[in-house]
Amino acid sequence: MGRRKRLAQTQSGAEGMMSLPALLHRNAAQFGDAPAYREKEFGIWQCWTWSEAAAEIRALALGFLEIGVEKGDHIAVIGRNRPAHYWSMVAAQMVGAIPVPLYQDAVAEEMTYVMEHCGAKYVVCGDQEQVDKVIEIQEKVHQIKHILYTDKRGMRKYDHSQMNALDDIKAEGSAGHARFDAELDKRIAAITYDDTCVMLYTSGTTGKPKGVVLSNRNVIESAKNSAEFDRLSRNEDILSYLPMAWVGDFIFSIGQAYWCGFCVNCPESADTMMTDLREIGPTYFFAPPRVFETQLTNVMIRMEDAGKLKQRMFHHFMAHAKKVGGLLLDGKPVGFGDRMKYALGNLLVYGPLKDTLGYGRFRVGYTAGEAIGPEIFDFYRSLGINLKQLYGQTEATVFITQQPDGEVRADTVGVPAPAVELKIDDKGEIHYRSPGVFVEYYNNPDSTASTKDAEGWVATGDAGFIEESSGHLRIIDRAKDVGKMADGSMFAPKYVENKLKFYPDILEVVLFGNGKDRCVAFINIDLTAVGNWAERNNVAYASYQELAGHPRVLETIKSHVEEVNKSVAADEILSGCQVHRFVVLHKELDADDGEMTRTRKVRRGFVEEKFQDIIDALYDGSAQISTTTEVTYEDGRKGSISATLQIVDAPVVPVGQHKVAAE
Amino acid sequence: MLDNPEGYVTEDGRKIGGVVMEMKNITLRFGGVVAIKDISFDIREGEIRAIIGPNGAGKSSMLNVISGFYVPQEGEVWFHGAKRPQMRPFEVAQQGIARTFQNIALFEGMSVLDNVMTGRLSFMKTNILQQAMWKGKAEAEEVENREAVEKIIDFLEIQHIRKTPVARLPYGLKKRVELARALAAEPKLLLLDEPMAGMNVEEKEDMSRFILDVNDEFGTTIALIEHDMGVVMDLSDRVVVMDYGKKIGDGTPDEVRNNQEVIDAYLGVSHD
Repeated sequence: MGRRKRLAQTQSGAEGMMSLPALLHRNAAQFGDAPAYREKEFGIWQCWTWSEAAAEIRALALGFLEIGVEKGDHIAVIGRNRPAHYWSMVAAQMVGAIPVPLYQDAVAEEMTYVMEHCGAKYVVCGDQEQVDKVIEIQEKVHQIKHILYTDKRGMRKYDHSQMNALDDIKAEGSAGHARFDAELDKRIAAITYDDTCVMLYTSGTTGKPKGVVLSNRNVIESAKNSAEFDRLSRNEDILSYLPMAWVGDFIFSIGQAYWCGFCVNCPESADTMMTDLREIGPTYFFAPPRVFETQLTNVMIRMEDAGKLKQRMFHHFMAHAKKVGGLLLDGKPVGFGDRMKYALGNLLVYGPLKDTLGYGRFRVGYTAGEAIGPEIFDFYRSLGINLKQLYGQTEATVFITQQPDGEVRADTVGVPAPAVELKIDDKGEIHYRSPGVFVEYYNNPDSTASTKDAEGWVATGDAGFIEESSGHLRIIDRAKDVGKMADGSMFAPKYVENKLKFYPDILEVVLFGNGKDRCVAFINIDLTAVGNWAERNNVAYASYQELAGHPRVLETIKSHVEEVNKSVAADEILSGCQVHRFVVLHKELDADDGEMTRTRKVRRGFVEEKFQDIIDALYDGSAQISTTTEVTYEDGRKGSISATLQIVDAPVVPVGQHKVAAE
Repeated sequence: MLDNPEGYVTEDGRKIGGVVMEMKNITLRFGGVVAIKDISFDIREGEIRAIIGPNGAGKSSMLNVISGFYVPQEGEVWFHGAKRPQMRPFEVAQQGIARTFQNIALFEGMSVLDNVMTGRLSFMKTNILQQAMWKGKAEAEEVENREAVEKIIDFLEIQHIRKTPVARLPYGLKKRVELARALAAEPKLLLLDEPMAGMNVEEKEDMSRFILDVNDEFGTTIALIEHDMGVVMDLSDRVVVMDYGKKIGDGTPDEVRNNQEVIDAYLGVSHD
């Protein structure tokens, strides 16, 4: 297909499809009997075909008309991944309203800002917990006209004058269809390619969240291009378990699902995700590195408990997989003997292991959001799991760069995605332009103007460079986090943090040192991995805090830091970023306390301010520090914990002189 | 309002019906020890009725009298307007009474699902032979009962441990599984023996919510014994207070809270 033809198509929607409701209609007409949604409920996978889903969504849309939803209204959706919530979003689009999915674990205070900002008049809540939050918000914003909820439990006693079960308005909608059919069809027909498809709030590592407005064009073009890139078909199965408020979930579970016509599977609850993953065996999968890390940690823990024979078999064949598995996946030449041995390993180890993990049918999958440890990445690839990396943003409707099959490496994020143009400015910041570039930040022209220029180029805020030999993009760090040490050498915290986080014992690291003569670090231990180690070594502990402060744990972490320092010292630009002193924090950094974003990225500035006393102690040479920290419980109440933290000096490799970056 | 024999409507709009169970002048002795001394109170349909008191007050004995496990030496138990004869445990279950225990009594080696399924025993009509043959009646019956059990598993949010052996579960979850098993019997009267004992604040809050939801959703009448005053006062419609085997207070949480005898019992005034 020539470029001209593709352009011609986009004027009137991809293949004439201007909106998600239009795609839904096409899917129901072309393969109405194929499964569109599955949800595990009452221990069984309940299934809806495309025709059934289309009928449900239409009934919902009629219900929305009945309660008076106007064109241009915002409908907030707060809940876990359930078909009913996805349907609400598409039904909202049908009536010309704008769906705004929100993070369900946000506390009322956080949610108030967003609700007020988008002015949502209608809210779809997952359950009583969310309804309670919305009622609390309503006391401040007084704008909500109607609350709808999915799960009826505990809702009997509420005042229902402005509240209904989603099922009930759906039933009313279909009962009153004669009155509203014409109006609904008129509204569906009026949707244009440049109308708003969805509004998503970026969690933002700094400042207030911003509402990113994505048009039908953004979503459908991105879905189409990325689906072609990985040859996605309507035979895929995906598991939808990532937050609905995150752009990735919107693109995978709605954009691509509707474009390709594949089936979206929703887990029974957040806690059953791993079991459900295994039962579904998705062919197309997306997960942040943390999921893969956790799974690998679990595999290793369970292998230590396995019999001697199984252990030897596992280690023997894994060593072989490490040698040739990745090459085979990339289609590189591999000797006949090695191939045969790999096939045997597949029969005995890799196959059963993949099946246990839920990756038995895995055809293509991505990890993104954070850097993934090369060893973890290679582990999965060596098993024949086609795991790739991509680099994206809400503002780009996800895709900026992607790794094509056969060019997958742990240290790059791939080549520009189809129809994406990339450029690096003189300060090293990455800019892009694509059909997925967002329309605007809602009610925030200043931010829109400072992010997107007149020609449509968007600044990512990340620093990186394009590798000349391969054309792949490599990310260094957040542009604003990259700084200079006192002696002028480059300070790129993420580089060191990621190296440390690749140890299973370490969950999170925050490195400080911008403008200082040496670097210090906060470390969070991984309770699963360290807890298991403690059990194995008869180390008794009563709490996270106690385990985190255990002398033997500190010793282990110190050895990790020492190894990382050696490896950092070898990098000629970043050798100044070695960790001189560190503490193992007494609490996990948490989004509820504002220390992380909802997508689990550390909010560096906030952490620095909150724990200033500990940072001072790290720099002034004291051996320990007593501190009291405020914590927020899940229900929004506050409390505090106190602790005395040991400060550990880590061995560093002396570096005579290092090159000064960017002179 | 509370004296209306037809029932009343609570502040939050729940309908409480007439008396379902009445304890008349109950006295229970173990040899020379008098565990319960001449206690009378009633339980109304749809209410949450709490029995509280310090250690050794006779709360658990009282619950065992309600459940028919202990037979009092004096006094009568009236259930649904008739004097209740001495009964065997399965007869109690058939009457629609289910309970949980203070010291969790689950089948440790069995999965959560199987444990909850045992609660459906009184709904199983097929015999051993039919169950051994499996196909046909027994299968249909199992499917039907499994559906009911799955609804309860969903209700109590224990999907993630459905197939986990009970022995591997932490204490708080075991308590929830016990509640699930009791609910599986579709009781009209649910007896809970210290449902929050040994739980942390978060687990207590979860359990309170489940108890309220059970009462709200299924209209189940609940009688519970509890140590934690705060929890009881928040949960229950009416409270009986016991001390040294005697009833020292009975009424709404507010009435009980302001009762001087109750305050004395809890703050520890000498008994002589």
